[in-house]
Amino acid sequence: MATVSLTSRPASRTSADRVEHVLRHRRKVWSYVAMSALAVVFLFPLVFMFVSSLKPDAQILGDVGSPRAFLPVGDISLDNYFGVFDRVPVGQFLVNSVLVTVLTVGLGLVVNSMAGFALSRMRWKGRSVVLALVIATLIVPFETIAVPMVYWVAQLPTLVMEGGVLKYDFGWLNSYHVQIVPFIANAFSIFLFTQYFSTIPKSLDEAARIDGAGWFTIYRRIIVPLAGPAFATVAILTFLPAWNQYLWPLMVVQQEELRPVMVGMQYFFQLNTAWGEVMAYTSLITLPVLIVFLSFQRAFVSSVAASGVKG
Amino acid sequence: MNRGSLAKILSMSAVGALALTACGQAGQGGTTSEDGRVQLTMWTHSAGNPAELEVYEQIIDDFNASQDEYEVIEESFPQGAYNDAIVAAAAADDLPCLLDMDGPIVPNWAWAGYIQPLGLPQEITDSLLPTAIGTYQDEIYSAGYWDAALAVLARKSVLEENDIRIPTIDDPWTIDEFDGALDTLQDAGYKTPLDIGAEDSGEWWPYAYSPMLQSAGGDLIDRDTMLSAEGALNGPEAVEFFTWFQEAFEKGWVSSSGTIGNEEFDKGEVALSYTGGWNALPSLEAAGDDLLFLPPPDFGKGPTIGGASWQWGISSTCESPEGARAYLEFSFQDKYVTAFADNQIVIPATEGATEASEYFGPEGDLRPFVELSQEYALLRPETPAYAVISSTFEKAGKDIMNGADVQSTLDGAVAEIDANIQSNDGYGF
Amino acid sequence: MTTSASIPAPPHAAPEPGTVEAPRRRRIAAARRSEGRSGLAMATPALLLLLLFLVIPVLLAFGLSFTNARLISPNPPRFVGLDNFVRAFTADPTFLRSTLNTFVFALVIVPVQAGLGLLLAVLVNQKVRGVAMFRVIYFVPVVTSIVVVSILWQFMYEQDGLVNSFINTITFGAWQGTAWLNNPSTALGAIIVLSIWQAVGFHMLIWLSGLQTIPEELYEAARMDGATPWQQFTNVTWPGLRSTMVFVLVTITIAALGLFVQVDVMTQGGPVNSTTTLVYHAVRKGYREQETGYGATISLIFFVLVLIVALVQRFLTREKD
Repeated sequence: MATVSLTSRPASRTSADRVEHVLRHRRKVWSYVAMSALAVVFLFPLVFMFVSSLKPDAQILGDVGSPRAFLPVGDISLDNYFGVFDRVPVGQFLVNSVLVTVLTVGLGLVVNSMAGFALSRMRWKGRSVVLALVIATLIVPFETIAVPMVYWVAQLPTLVMEGGVLKYDFGWLNSYHVQIVPFIANAFSIFLFTQYFSTIPKSLDEAARIDGAGWFTIYRRIIVPLAGPAFATVAILTFLPAWNQYLWPLMVVQQEELRPVMVGMQYFFQLNTAWGEVMAYTSLITLPVLIVFLSFQRAFVSSVAASGVKG
Repeated sequence: MNRGSLAKILSMSAVGALALTACGQAGQGGTTSEDGRVQLTMWTHSAGNPAELEVYEQIIDDFNASQDEYEVIEESFPQGAYNDAIVAAAAADDLPCLLDMDGPIVPNWAWAGYIQPLGLPQEITDSLLPTAIGTYQDEIYSAGYWDAALAVLARKSVLEENDIRIPTIDDPWTIDEFDGALDTLQDAGYKTPLDIGAEDSGEWWPYAYSPMLQSAGGDLIDRDTMLSAEGALNGPEAVEFFTWFQEAFEKGWVSSSGTIGNEEFDKGEVALSYTGGWNALPSLEAAGDDLLFLPPPDFGKGPTIGGASWQWGISSTCESPEGARAYLEFSFQDKYVTAFADNQIVIPATEGATEASEYFGPEGDLRPFVELSQEYALLRPETPAYAVISSTFEKAGKDIMNGADVQSTLDGAVAEIDANIQSNDGYGF
Repeated sequence: MTTSASIPAPPHAAPEPGTVEAPRRRRIAAARRSEGRSGLAMATPALLLLLLFLVIPVLLAFGLSFTNARLISPNPPRFVGLDNFVRAFTADPTFLRSTLNTFVFALVIVPVQAGLGLLLAVLVNQKVRGVAMFRVIYFVPVVTSIVVVSILWQFMYEQDGLVNSFINTITFGAWQGTAWLNNPSTALGAIIVLSIWQAVGFHMLIWLSGLQTIPEELYEAARMDGATPWQQFTNVTWPGLRSTMVFVLVTITIAALGLFVQVDVMTQGGPVNSTTTLVYHAVRKGYREQETGYGATISLIFFVLVLIVALVQRFLTREKD
């Protein structure tokens, strides 16, 4: 069956089809096996986390070396979740993180896309230098400038209401805006927008210019509606670091009412770690992200694909 | 048109920024409350620790109700994040009036000028355990409600079965005896006979293991001058101790992995556990009358355990230090000290509170910790250099545990500490 | 003039003066000026924020690196010239080890993660049922916080943890695992595995986006010519992925060189310096040990090294175009 006579045409067609069909089928089976095995590898730590969040500490530690670690067996309860709510103001932290994340992402989309527009579709003095500098800032990891940043934001001016009067004061510590404003502008986002916008035909702008449209109108009415995938991609990619902020709020936020979720993690590392509660808390703060991701995944996966990132 | 919408966006974001600015700003230091009281901000490291917070809340409520001049406002941080938060606040000149600190870093803070001399009446500071007080250059900067102590936990039945002598405070194990006991226990089937908590990190390392070094005749620094670690941390005694330490891991007497806490002992997986009093209650539950609290072994110069736990100080930027002092004075009542001790399972700092304590009183189950603390407690060196000493000691200790050459690792640690002291002009010594 | 060519009639190509009416020329010039103004205005919010919260702190770090500034000290910072740099290269073996570890980490991560990402992308680019679900599953670790991920893996890497019990099972007890994070010869490898596991899903998606821009007709043509799947890959897929490859390489490299959280949570640079990295060392010195000036020096050296790597990478990938 494998060797097909090339002379008898009709016969060769059918058996070639059959060979191809079998091969394709076999390949399909193998790729399912491979994909499923990989799925296990990618999911098992998270399954471990969710399952452990239902177990008492001693049992988590006891099960850790056996397959029982993945199974909701033994002494299963929601006690750890109750413990978490006793120990940490989960609701407040979630509200804070949602606020910080939504504002960081939302303002970032506006600010960075405008910059991307100006850098990709408009001609102005110093544009290429600015673009190069923006890209160069990609190499700065936040941790390396955290200490100078603390000094710096502690000097920045701010307005405060004191006794019903607006007053001038210095120091951004201990606020929502210190968690948001420094992270609105993002070199990577600007870069992605610049890339995507430059794939949209320039003739659209020129036509609109002839009709008398201003640049902001072109951006708002023509480019933004065409760039949905780029916005979706940037939104997801900036959502993650904003939600996962840890070192920075630790350094600049002192009031409990302003703390985000990741800082709450430290509440469980006392003299003896409450592992069950750690697992319950990490499950609680991971869940919203997974839900956001799952509900947007179709749009997101296709948007990354559509934005056709170029080097 | 284009400029119009751009202006709209800009003004909208400006309004947004203003709205954000208006919320969330907290008054620091000496602001006043609506009813004209001076507000005193206070930071604790106790977030996530309801037992401890409960006592603070009680004291604050009582204090605020007891007078109408001051109002204490408490903010709590999780312990793991506390030092990072407080160092950043100090750098930004944004410290609260009252703050708690781990005892050994007090000299560093005093030297830097972030805290002021405590100024509490002498009868209060004299009544406290010497290890519950933080000093720098003979001036008192901090005081605490409690101290902690370490002991070796064991089961009487296990020691008797294996013919191991039960040591006492007057007659502790010598290091040879201790080695013999560990060998015996290993032969008796304990894969790892002793848990010393080496899987932990941070301040636990110098707190738990530098007393062993001192017991062997070494130290973290030359305490006479406070200017160099040469000879103390890398002399022959130190090398001998760290060689023992390294071999203990090689022989499997102790392990570098496992879980932080005392679970292994409670479950009977290890025979001995070198741990703190705060872990004692679950072990009492697990072993009952069989449980022993033993002194640590004598490495040559007599057993030593670490002293000093969390203590309170007043920041130098505090606008109302009298208020802060009034609060602290109020808080050092025996009933509160007892409440901390029994809620937190730590040794009360005053004699009166100790007598009244359920666990540490004369008949209390944990009384041995009081005696161990009185007999053996030694402060970590009271120098601003301690911050770097602590971090360097931990790193060197872990490297040696993992097989690094003892002498050269210690020499490197000494060089690092001495360079740091020099670059800080001797830290005032 | 604010702009270069590309308005339909570039200046030097303009006809004799007088042939174009003056008002039109003025209009063009005015339009260009307005374009220049608007462009700058629209970029300004982002540029201002980048200046305030990135450039200025970086410059502050530059300045601090020539001083002995400390986070907590009664002594004002002193200018110490190049002392900190000399110390880093001659008297700080941990710094040298951190540099080595950082580059070892990046050298392993970049090809392995890029390769695995491509493999996954090819797998999930097949037109079979349920493939979208697998894409989502592979991406799940990316959306999980790296702090959470590090804590979970720390558990699994213990002596009697999941990783060892798994190894024990599949080798029928023939191979005993170690306490991966406590062993100087395995700790960095363990962090590499975890880091790839966490991030590979992201690069899978990037590769996937590249794959989907390759027209299906090219594959059909290749199949008509009797190309095997491997030949299709080398002749059609790979050449079509060049620009994606550059992007993937650059992003992985930058992320890899900045390795910090995993080390901070899991090993604190140990055992015996086997996992310390430049960013971790900078934070340890500059923040935890309060030597702000020296920490800034390490950061500065780090920036320069990354910049060199980025330029080299750009040069290498340019050349082939």
